[in-house]
Amino acid sequence: MKEKYIEDLKEIKDIMNRSSRFISLSGLSGIAAGIAALIGAFLAYRIVYTNPEYQEYGRIFLTNESITQLLLIALGTLILAIGTGIYFTTRETKKRNQRIWDIQTKRLLINLFIPLLTGGILCLMLLFKGYIGLVAPMTLIFYGLALVNASKYTLNEIRSLGLIEITLGLIATYFIGFGLLFWSIGFGVLHIIYGIIMQWRYKS
Amino acid sequence: MKELLKDLDKAFENKIRLGIMSALVVNDYLDFNALKDLLDVTDGNLASHLKSLEKKHYVMYKKEFHNRKPKTKYFATNNGREAFKKHINAIEQLLK
Repeated sequence: MKEKYIEDLKEIKDIMNRSSRFISLSGLSGIAAGIAALIGAFLAYRIVYTNPEYQEYGRIFLTNESITQLLLIALGTLILAIGTGIYFTTRETKKRNQRIWDIQTKRLLINLFIPLLTGGILCLMLLFKGYIGLVAPMTLIFYGLALVNASKYTLNEIRSLGLIEITLGLIATYFIGFGLLFWSIGFGVLHIIYGIIMQWRYKS
Repeated sequence: MKELLKDLDKAFENKIRLGIMSALVVNDYLDFNALKDLLDVTDGNLASHLKSLEKKHYVMYKKEFHNRKPKTKYFATNNGREAFKKHINAIEQLLK
């Protein structure tokens, strides 16, 4: 008798999770995004910090040419990260026999993109107004807010990842010269660590 | 013990009906096919269980057309939510 009800509760929880959350996040996509971020950060570092004539008392001056290069690197990193993310996540949904484009996915993406697009537009404005130092911290903060906002519709771990990203972003705003370093930690190292944890926890 | 048992809802004795309710209480609505995929049941089976929940006024539906294809959206009623909560509480008391 008791076993039946324990079984029932388990089933209820499972169905609630499967029907309201997107659970096919693949740890591998986190790892891939992290690696893409580290490569991007390395390339950006070479452009920003290896031209000593631009550096003066810790300030960085960027020419229009190097801003264009940085934007290209950013775009490339973004495409690589999102592309591998979609690839591994689609693979995971197939393995779990779920459809990739359903209500859960839509809800997750809408809630993710509200803060994310806000942050993206803000960062472009900061960039063109010359507040380059603020761009890296702001991407961290808004990415973190986006994750916290979307975490209600996916695995719980995403919430703590978001909170750490926000904290890193705030610290990076205070230590404004080290934006790239914090950015590499937030988008590179953290993604890889979380990717490994999730891969290990939810291996199907 | 008897007191506890009376709070258990007969409507949720069945696994599929329990599954339907679990899914509907955490979603604003789900359409027929989403429920079918989720619970892994046949059309006829799902339809008959939905009907019995409708009869108890635990579930409501609304028919809509998307690209000329009919789509039936299912909702949990307030009655249904209450009953489901009561049922879960009864299970929890039983397991204490």
